[in-house]
Amino acid sequence: MKGSSLKGSGRPRLGDAVVWIATGLATLLILIVLAIILIDVIRNGAPRLTLGFLVQAPKDGMTAGGIFPAIFGTVALVLLMTLAALPAGVATAIYLREYANPAAFATRIVRIAVNNLAGVPSIVFGLFGLGFFVQFAGGGIDKLFYGGQKVFGQPALVWAALTMAILTLPVVIVATEEALAAVPREVRYASAALGATKFQTILHVVLPQALPGILTGAILAISRGAGEVAPILFTGAAYYLPKLPHTLHDQFMQLGYHVYVLATQSPDVDATRPLLYATVLVLLILTFALNATAIVVRSRMRKKLAGSHA
Amino acid sequence: MNLAVKTTEAPAGSLEVSDLYVYYSGKKAMGPVTLTIPGKQVTALIGPSGCGKSTFLRSLNRMNEMIPGCKVEGEVRLDHEPIYGPGVDAVAVRRRIGMVFQKSNPFPKSIYENVAYGLRIGGMNDRSELGGRVEAAIKQAALWEEVKDRMHESALGLSGGQQQRLCIARALAVAPDVILMDEPASALDPIATAHIEELIHELARDYTVVIVTHNMQQAARVSHNTAFFYMGDLIEFDRTEVIFTKPKQARTEDYITGRFG
Repeated sequence: MKGSSLKGSGRPRLGDAVVWIATGLATLLILIVLAIILIDVIRNGAPRLTLGFLVQAPKDGMTAGGIFPAIFGTVALVLLMTLAALPAGVATAIYLREYANPAAFATRIVRIAVNNLAGVPSIVFGLFGLGFFVQFAGGGIDKLFYGGQKVFGQPALVWAALTMAILTLPVVIVATEEALAAVPREVRYASAALGATKFQTILHVVLPQALPGILTGAILAISRGAGEVAPILFTGAAYYLPKLPHTLHDQFMQLGYHVYVLATQSPDVDATRPLLYATVLVLLILTFALNATAIVVRSRMRKKLAGSHA
Repeated sequence: MNLAVKTTEAPAGSLEVSDLYVYYSGKKAMGPVTLTIPGKQVTALIGPSGCGKSTFLRSLNRMNEMIPGCKVEGEVRLDHEPIYGPGVDAVAVRRRIGMVFQKSNPFPKSIYENVAYGLRIGGMNDRSELGGRVEAAIKQAALWEEVKDRMHESALGLSGGQQQRLCIARALAVAPDVILMDEPASALDPIATAHIEELIHELARDYTVVIVTHNMQQAARVSHNTAFFYMGDLIEFDRTEVIFTKPKQARTEDYITGRFG
């Protein structure tokens, strides 16, 4: 209003102050919980985290030795899972976003299915993996190619990786769809106006620009996959294996499952505890490292797309 | 500026439009439009916002097909060849009728790769041939002196006017017959606009240019012919000097003189 005073009451507004304090406290609480977990794990785990621990196999009923087979198994599992989930997820997202009619009944059903897939408890994926991959697919392969001999028809690295891939698929699909939607119409038009087919436009213009977003999906999938245990319980993870997996149909050890085994199945709880902490620390570091790598790759790509020459 | 009638040698790149209608989701947006855009001249499309001039432009190279719910009826012929005929591929049409958009839209690639894109997807792989065509197109778009030392830097580092000339170079590289321009200078400052206008005038020697503009002076400066659209109808189409000095329709005169629009 013309001529009205610019001065407020001089006091801070009550509503603002309450919200500021409440949100601040919530943030602080989460930071404190995270700090307690990290400090506890680092303080108890770091002393046992030696080179020997990283490169040796467990010994003496897992009360001594290292966790190399579990590290190897975890990395192998995550890589295979990514190899399976990324192409399938990206292809699904391209279909849903670029080709399917968004108003069609079938498209909406697929979308609902993808969202529901994300909400299924992970142990259900484990049981599905056992029934579908191990018994149906693996058993089928054995009947067809190995004369009924058990080769693929038992828990194995490949089945665990595929089960985990299905679990992480919704993450990849949703992230890729968002990345595709964020590519401006203008560059699609520019490509079409130069005589590019729809597929050429997607391949040469849309996908390169969506790549950082797709990588975000991969990062989320990897983080999830590295930490999940339930889906691999029945599909490939081993309690203890003296040697590393050589083929896709071998079983494997995995860090998350190893933590569970150390915590619940040890004959000597006191002897195992330092190993347990060190294993948790390794699992955390590995997950962070996988994440960090993907984040660095993504930010490099973003810079390249933004035209920076750094 | 010389707006004299072109020589009588059969100029390629003419567009004959007959009884063209465009519908969005079943609602008529434009039509009927019947006119012949002469080859190797600049034709300006003017009219108030929403009059159908951009819709008309996009129907000339079948870009309308990228808009969901858009339907086109009628006929457009490029040098007597129907572009909406049975078996005609929209992709092939767009290779002969290129387009420059209102907002410059370079790909997030290098300057070189932006211009080479249309050639590469057309199947050209030979490096020296590509290099020659890219350089020629950038020269034709009057951008060469400014970018020749930074061909492999990102196109996004160029100024707005340079980006728009790069988009023109990109369209020229695939050697189309016709270039459609949708308000190519509306987002640019007066100096960059002058560059583009000069360029449009030059381009008419080799290409048919159809340009949508909101700017009356621009239409008067750059075009040989002008079409006035109003509420989805083509009101008047004639030589630019006729449209601007003695239009036949009262509505054209009202618009030109700024009485509405």
